[in-house]
Amino acid sequence: MIWNESKECMSRDELATLQSARLVKVVNKVYHNVEYYRKKMQELGLEPGDIRGIEDIEKLPFTTYEDLNKTYPFGLAAVPTSELVRVHASSGTTGKPKIGVYTRRDIEVWSECVARCLSMAGITRDDIIQVGYGYGLFTGGLGAHYGAEYLGALVLPMSTGNTQKLLDMMIDCQATAIACTPSYLLHVAEDIEKLGVLDKIKLKTAICGAEPWTDEMRDQMEKRLNIKAHDIYGLTEICGPGVACDCEFHKGLHIWEDHFLPEIIDPATHKDLPAGTDGELVITNLTKEGMPLIRYRTKDLTSLEIDKCECGRTMARIQRFKGRTDDMLIIRGVNVFPSQVEAALLNIDGTTPHYMLVVDRVDNTDTLEVQVEIAEKFFTDEVRGLEKLSNEIHNKLKSAIGLNAKVKLVEPNGLVHSDGKTKHVIDKRKLYS
Amino acid sequence: MFVKQLSVFLENKTGRLNDVLSIISGNGINILSISIADTSEFGVLRMLCEDPAKAHELLKEHGITSKVNDVIVVSIPQAVGSLEKVVRSLEQNDINIQYVYGLSLDDEGASIAMKTDDLEKTLEVLKNENVKLYSQNDM
Ligand SMILES: [Zn+2]
Repeated sequence: MIWNESKECMSRDELATLQSARLVKVVNKVYHNVEYYRKKMQELGLEPGDIRGIEDIEKLPFTTYEDLNKTYPFGLAAVPTSELVRVHASSGTTGKPKIGVYTRRDIEVWSECVARCLSMAGITRDDIIQVGYGYGLFTGGLGAHYGAEYLGALVLPMSTGNTQKLLDMMIDCQATAIACTPSYLLHVAEDIEKLGVLDKIKLKTAICGAEPWTDEMRDQMEKRLNIKAHDIYGLTEICGPGVACDCEFHKGLHIWEDHFLPEIIDPATHKDLPAGTDGELVITNLTKEGMPLIRYRTKDLTSLEIDKCECGRTMARIQRFKGRTDDMLIIRGVNVFPSQVEAALLNIDGTTPHYMLVVDRVDNTDTLEVQVEIAEKFFTDEVRGLEKLSNEIHNKLKSAIGLNAKVKLVEPNGLVHSDGKTKHVIDKRKLYS
Repeated sequence: MFVKQLSVFLENKTGRLNDVLSIISGNGINILSISIADTSEFGVLRMLCEDPAKAHELLKEHGITSKVNDVIVVSIPQAVGSLEKVVRSLEQNDINIQYVYGLSLDDEGASIAMKTDDLEKTLEVLKNENVKLYSQNDM
């Protein structure tokens, strides 16, 4: 069901007009109310009047995690503390937490965004929903909670950490929906199977987010629990979960463009890229009052599709995340993402072998060695066959990343595994020391 | 009349050959012959042993890549030019030999294991030669 048809299905032209008006307004607001942004704009010789619509977006400066770190905690707030009603935070990889502050109106907008997502997943006011995200500084718990209440569903604020309680309440209250992380839902599915209570539960929808997941995980949870599962996306800095969600056609995550203006940029040149091209997702808060961010670099790699979806919505769809710009390597001046290597290897035999990129610098020239694990299905008793495989990998990589890599076939399990995750890059160049 | 050969992928690292051999013999499987084809980067160990399927499973448990495939094992008479004669007759029948290695299975003389691009046809050709073909049961 479409919660807010006049927005979710508006024509792209109308949308552009609305976004332009909102962008002009928010740029004026940060220029006059946030010293940090005013200085950034002044350094570029920009005045609010230079921004007349979304066509001028590229003139504006980016906001990065470093900016958040420098202005922590409230340096980017655009209203006095008296107007603010809530703080959320998520941990940064280094440095200070990433923080978001909200006015009463921000909470309302956020709740509506979440309600749109829940509605997209088929949840209505007749549903009984368990919120299995943590409640607290983390946006997941309260974000899903307020959104579900806004929708009018009956909310069970379970939080995390007590799966037995979650299952008891799921059965006793006949919960029909759940919001939690995908990995937690799979854990719950395991317990349901172990206890043999699948016939006692009435769950039909799950809305999962806060961590990346795959179609295989969706298949698993849908089959094992006999439910429909949807992917919800968001960032604390921008607002929290509810920035985007996927509809029943699963052709990407519809992003609420009337509130969040998305761009895809080339992470190296910082130029905007056209729809359908892979790059870094950049988001501008068009309506946030508390702490609107201008051109925030999410570091998430994806592309946008803007053609109308079969569900009737016109809002752009964020495609599967292909990685983080943090993973980007620059080798002989060429940008290389491990995900490109992975995609090239996938074309070898329909399956992805484990791999490792080893980057080094010999005589002032970067070298790239790609180590590929020889699992049984790639193995042949003929040396010629293995050399052919090695050449094929070399050629596929050459066309995918434009570099001549040295391919080394290695035994399985020989690659470095850390914390259960497979590490894909070893950079031996001492570039920063 | 094929014989099952166990082929094992080996990185060129010290100790790997020893690891593989001790996993197999350590589980009471008799190894009859080994041969290694190597490049600067990796090697393929080829061996004939008593229970290749079990050896394959054992290596798998240890995370070592291997596979079982067919080869032809023949005994070559101890006379000058007899190996050359076998090779020539395969060539005349347009059969390409992919690899061949020697082994000693009994007291009568030299034996070879070979893999060609057409094992069935190779068998037909060899049946008309003065050679003894081994089966898996002889291993
Ligand atoms: Zn859709």
